[in-house]
Amino acid sequence: MAKIIGGIGTSHVPSIGKAFDMGQQEEPDWKPVFDAYKPVQQWLAEIKPDIAIVVYNDHGSSMFFDKYPTFAIGAADSYPIGDEGWGPRALPEVPGDPEFSWHLAEELVYNEFDITICQELSVEHGFLVPMNLCFPHEPNWAVKTVPIAVNVIQHPLPTAARCYKLGQAIRQAVDACERDLRIVILGTGGMSHQLNGTRFGHLNTVFDNDFLDKIENSPQELTQLTHQKIMEEAGAEAVELIMWLTMRGALSNKLTRIHRNYYAPMTTGMGLIVFEEND
Amino acid sequence: MAVKREKLKSIPGTTIFDGAESRKGYRINKFAMSFTKPENRRAFTADEEAYMEKWKLDQKERKFLRDRDFRGLIEECGGNIYMIMKIGTCTGHGLYHVGAQLRGQTFEEFLETRNASGAR
Ligand SMILES: [Fe+2]
Repeated sequence: MAKIIGGIGTSHVPSIGKAFDMGQQEEPDWKPVFDAYKPVQQWLAEIKPDIAIVVYNDHGSSMFFDKYPTFAIGAADSYPIGDEGWGPRALPEVPGDPEFSWHLAEELVYNEFDITICQELSVEHGFLVPMNLCFPHEPNWAVKTVPIAVNVIQHPLPTAARCYKLGQAIRQAVDACERDLRIVILGTGGMSHQLNGTRFGHLNTVFDNDFLDKIENSPQELTQLTHQKIMEEAGAEAVELIMWLTMRGALSNKLTRIHRNYYAPMTTGMGLIVFEEND
Repeated sequence: MAVKREKLKSIPGTTIFDGAESRKGYRINKFAMSFTKPENRRAFTADEEAYMEKWKLDQKERKFLRDRDFRGLIEECGGNIYMIMKIGTCTGHGLYHVGAQLRGQTFEEFLETRNASGAR
């Protein structure tokens, strides 16, 4: 039987990918973020998940506003590295498990989550930065993946509650899978940031830390957050945080929180929280 | 767990990229999205005017682009920040240059407002 064994909430700031590629992990202003993931990498190497479900958004790489799906799932053998406008990063294609993706898609659709199924999907920083921070990729990625893309960039967006319910539906779909698979789920994006207007660079450390508290202890409360409230408090682009609720919705309440970190060097609150299922 | 229907209200100093913005910015955003192909980046770099003509940008969009006025492209033309940054990267204007412009500051002034500006 397939089983969710853990969940990770993490920012996916694109500059982390650039710093990673340039080998800046030890530079003083970058070190706090890269160091925070070392125990996470170690934990993942120990628990050895077969599949990582990565909940992220496409920032204009594989998807555009001609048809921008509210929810989409990758169902490919592998996911090429996308070109976001500055050339694809030098990373190996990310392996998929299309059989498992189609299983998830079927369960989700019959559970009233009418998700768009993508048999060709290139992945970009929203997906790759968390993958880089959590899993080695040389010579090949250490885990297979299922990308799940959420519209968090063109309003109307799915509500926080809807994203949480998507997570619950993912858990049910995993439970219904007969294959012996160990699964982790990553909710990515945020935390506080705004990339437009005179309020560009807005950060809210208090909001971010409160969100980290509540994603652990009272996620139901977070499902009541409106987009308006998140944007007012934490910046327009902080709405990405609703994707962390999909991760949390896929977990039980018998959890151990094994890591947590927060660092806000430039324009984004870079948050990290890691949960392990107790049984 | 029902969430009340939410009508978005404007937030000072903030652009909310909604349907109205996306309709207004469709042409410039599609133009910017074309920069995800290397041959299009090369075509733009080789002859900006010809490339703008090919995409039938309007005069306002062309002027902002010539002036490297990313604030104008975003706030007046409906540009989406993620799309506009594809143009910015191509012209050598990174996110923090664009951000400083949006805030009405120089790049250096903006960096001084950050906690650890080496992480960029
Ligand atoms: Fe993002």
